[in-house]
This record gives sequence, C-alpha cells and structure tokens, in this order.
Amino acid sequence: MDLLTIPLHDAFAPLAVSFVLAAMGLNIHYGYTGLLNFGQAAFAAVGAYAMGVAIASFDVPFIPAVILGVLFSVLLALLMGIPTLRLRADYLAIVTIAVAEVLRLFFTTTNKDYFHARDGVSGFTSGFRNANPYSEGMLGFSRNDLWVMTVGWLLVAFFCLLTWLLVRSPWGRVLKSIREDEDAVRSLGKNVYYYKLQALILGGVIGAFGGFVGALGLASVQPDSYNLDFTFIAFTMLILGGAARVLSPVVGAVLFWGLLSFLQTLLSKLIGEWGVIPDSILNSEQIGNVRFMVVGLSLMLLMIYRPQGIFGDKKELAIDGR
Amino acid sequence: MAAETTQDQTNPTDAPDAGQVRTGREGLVGLENEPGVAKPDPIVVATGIMRQFGGLKAVDVDHLEIQRGVITALIGPNGAGKTTFFNLLTGFDTPDSGDRTFNGRSLKRMSASRIARMGMVRTFQLTKVLSKLTVLENMRLGATGQIGERFWAGVLPFLWRGQEAANTERARDLLARFKLDAKEGDFAGSLSGGQRKLLEMARALMVEPELVMLDEPMAGVNPALKQSLLGHVKSLREDGMTVLFVEHDMDMVRDISDWVVVMAAGRVIAEGPPDSIMSDQRVIDAYLGAHHDTDITQLDAEAVMAEAEAELREEEQS
Repeated sequence: MDLLTIPLHDAFAPLAVSFVLAAMGLNIHYGYTGLLNFGQAAFAAVGAYAMGVAIASFDVPFIPAVILGVLFSVLLALLMGIPTLRLRADYLAIVTIAVAEVLRLFFTTTNKDYFHARDGVSGFTSGFRNANPYSEGMLGFSRNDLWVMTVGWLLVAFFCLLTWLLVRSPWGRVLKSIREDEDAVRSLGKNVYYYKLQALILGGVIGAFGGFVGALGLASVQPDSYNLDFTFIAFTMLILGGAARVLSPVVGAVLFWGLLSFLQTLLSKLIGEWGVIPDSILNSEQIGNVRFMVVGLSLMLLMIYRPQGIFGDKKELAIDGR
Repeated sequence: MAAETTQDQTNPTDAPDAGQVRTGREGLVGLENEPGVAKPDPIVVATGIMRQFGGLKAVDVDHLEIQRGVITALIGPNGAGKTTFFNLLTGFDTPDSGDRTFNGRSLKRMSASRIARMGMVRTFQLTKVLSKLTVLENMRLGATGQIGERFWAGVLPFLWRGQEAANTERARDLLARFKLDAKEGDFAGSLSGGQRKLLEMARALMVEPELVMLDEPMAGVNPALKQSLLGHVKSLREDGMTVLFVEHDMDMVRDISDWVVVMAAGRVIAEGPPDSIMSDQRVIDAYLGAHHDTDITQLDAEAVMAEAEAELREEEQS
C-alpha cells in the first residue's frame, strides 16, 4: 500500500505545488515565447526571501509582504530583461543562469542579520497559518500542509486559467510568433522587445508564487533550495508534460514527483523490509542518487519515443523550424 | 489615376500641367536616366545613406527617390548591397550616416516595427513564415492596432472578439485572393516554398501598407507560380500601393517594373525605365565587366597602364 500512497502524497504536497508553479512560469518563457530562462530559481528565491524577510524582520503583514515579493520579482525580470532581450536569445540564458547563482551566494553570505546565511529565514508563517480554516489534518497531511496545499492548488488553477486565456488571445499569438521568428513579427509592426519583456515578467511572477508556496510549506527560506537544480528540475517537468500546453507543467510536475517518490519507496523496501537487494550492491544512502539515475533513464526513453512530451502534438514537432 | 490602369507604360502622356504634381507612372515619363534623379511624387527619399561592415562599404547611396504608386525594381549583381539597402530602408539595420524619409517623415532612430506600422512593410529573401502557427493565424498576426494584443485586454475576450472576427474576414478574403484559402487550417510550416512566398505577401498586406517591399519574391518559385505571383504584384499597384522589389530575374523586372534602379558595389549607378536601362553602358559594365567585349591581346599595354594609374590616383584623392 505504501508504494501507492507515499508517491501520491508527495506528488501533491506543498513542495510539488511550488515546482508546478515554477514550471508554469517556464512554460510562458520557454514554451510560448521561446525565451531561455535558466534562472527560474532566482525568481522563486527573490519572491520567497522578500516575503520572508519582510514579515520576519520588518513585521509587514502577510498580504503586503506577498505583494512586495511580486514587486521584487518584476524588478528582477526588468533587471535581467532590459539589457538582454534586444540581443540574441543566448544572452538571456547566460544572464539568468549567472544571476540565479549570484543571488544564491548573495543570500548565503551577506546581510546575515536578515538572511541568516544557510540557516535561512524563518518565523514568517504565523499570519498565513492563523487564517487556516482546517481544524485538523487528514489524508496523512498535517493541518498546515493542507492549508498551504489548498491555497497552492488554487493558485495553480488560477494561473492555468490565466495562461489558457492569454495563449488564446491575440497577445498569446504574438508570443508564439516571436518564438517562431522574431524578425517576421517585427516586420509586421509589433514591438518584439516589449512583448518579450512582458512574457519574462509574467513567467517570473508565477515563479515567485512558486517561491511563496515552497517557503510556506517548509516554513523556512533557505538559499540552497534555490540552486540550479531547482530550475532544471522545473524544466524537466515542463518537457515531460510537453512544452507550450497549458496543463503540461502541472501533470509533468506531479508525475515527476510521484515517480521520484515511488522509486524512493520501492528501493528502500527492496533493501530493508523485503531484503531483495543485498547491502553490498546498494545501501540506503545511495537510494537518493539511484532514483535520479532511473528518472534520467526514463527521460531519455521519453525523448526517444515521445519527444513531444505527454501532451505535445507530434505533427507540430515534425515541422522543421524553417 | 487613369494612367494606372493602362498596361502600356510607354504610351506617351500629354505634357502635364505646370504646378500639378505628376503622380504614379505619369511622373516617370521623360525623367533622365541619372542616378538620384528627382521624382515628382516621391514616397521614399534616401540621402547620403552609408553602411560599413568593417572595411567594406556595403552601401553608399548619395540620393535616391522612389516614386509613389509605381513598381520600382532594385537590381544589381551579387554583393551589390541591395539587401543591405533594403534593411536600411526598413529599419532592420541602421545606417552609419545619412537619413531616409517616408512620406516626408524622417526614419532616424525609428525601430523596424514602427516603420512597419507607418506603412512600409517588407518580406524576406528567405521566407519567414511562422511554422507552428496555422496559415490563418499567420494572417491574423498581420493586422495592426489589435486591442487583444495588449496584455490586460487579452484576458478579456469580449473586448477583442469583434475586432478579431473582422480581421479574420479580411484574412480569409486575402487568402482567397492568393489561392491559399484551402490551406487556412494547416500549419504554415507544411506549405511549399512558393506557397510560403504567397503567404508572406498576403500577410504583409494585412498590415495595410502603403509601400510593399519584396526581397527577391521569385527566388525558388516554379515558373507556373511565377506567373501568378507577377499578377499579384501588379495588382498591388492597381490597388494604389507602391512596390519596391529586389530581383535577379530579369524577365520579371522587364515585365512588371515601371522603373529600375541599378546598384553595384554599394552605389546606385543608374536608374531609368526598364526598356532603356538594360542597354545602358554603365549597367552592362557592372554586370559583365567594363572590358567584356574587348580582346585583351589587342589592347595597347601602355594605355591600359595609364588608365590603371589614373584610377589609382583618383582613389587616393578621394
């Protein structure tokens, strides 16, 4: 039974929600606009830190603190987008990956009174938890987790609806056209730069909400949660679901966490409870890495046999870029 | 605009009344075949346009005017700077010096998208269709002033639905005219090379341009489709648009253009009506080389040397 319930539990937990949102932001960037943002972790980190520090150190109420987090992520998008979006696509990739690392080190090493280095920011959840309508936990989730998940999945639903509306609008059409060929869009009188900036901001803000949910779920904001793996796992989830589909980051993220958690449970049972695999071949400390190996293998198989992802359209993929 | 409908461009027109601007093809009658000659009703005026890539002067045009309401061809041997000049006119590249005006407005420091919105729309030598969008979506993108292209309005379909329907109707009309209506639901990436050219031209018309700039519209198009493309380009003139196109296909140039501008080594070396420009000595020299019909064994060695030295001196002075 554990083999089923534990993965299900993990696939919908607050941490999974945070990755769903991060991947949804990347879907706007990469899936629809063709922007290569390798620093989604930076948006989540800036959102989470701005909210956490505002509440813990400056006693800002919860809602204004969230708004502050959104504002900082917009600023970050402007900071990274204004100098690079006029240039070739690779420059944004270089800048975002660098900024994400710079910010992580900045949060680790500076302003220790506010950021508390590796210990991270904590003590900012009371405002959110006081609004919790649940009186007790259920389905194996604690009362607090349940509340974070409710809000988190509502946010996912809201951003799915927003994305769905936007990509069906003329605005979304311009984004998709920019992904196909910027110069063609420019020749038809659209300000490409302006649209790319809007897309970067929108995806970044969704990523910041991922940061909020992750922070509230863990009740702390630690710099190492926002390393490069964060971005690449979110990208993996997006590709798994199939880029440029509204629901693909959601399904991709849930499946990814479910699979990861299933492997963890299965391997530890094979070693411990069932004793099928002897200690000399695999011990419990190695499970963490082995499950990523298996996930990597299944991703390779996916790319070979279903390169468009779960929701993608193979016909669309078959069309060559030019 | 009576002259626009007559196909015979050599038809002599009456001497124009003094003080009245000679529009369209009438305005080209009797102009000198000199580079930079002034046109009575220019839509584009380029002055002193220079563009250098490192040590190479790709474009160096002293003065050029494009008459409104006619089809002007831009020809020249490979590497003459035609496409670069095209990019400079449309804002896809900025000149190192000089300026160009469109309808009397300077285009200095104007982005390509703004120039397109003003009514100067281009196509590309290598067609740029948006492969993963349908043919109809490609067309809809061309429409300007769309309310739904604003972020906040995009979320509220009732704000832009009416405009979208009108644009779609216009797109369908244009697709029917270019015989692409059966393809409207297909991905643009699945079209053939010739159909892509047609789609690009149709999409450019969605912008409702005054001046259509076609960069090698006939490149890689089969002869049958070529005829229909020629007809489409002519029909643009009939609809009152101005057309400027770059082309290597001399048959097309002779067939549809009212005026030909010849570029070589970055400069405009001659311009004039198509029937006389082909026999212009400067044009023949540019295409075939100045000494193409002289037997080099017959040349006087000293005279050739003297000529070369004179040329060198001239270059040093400039």
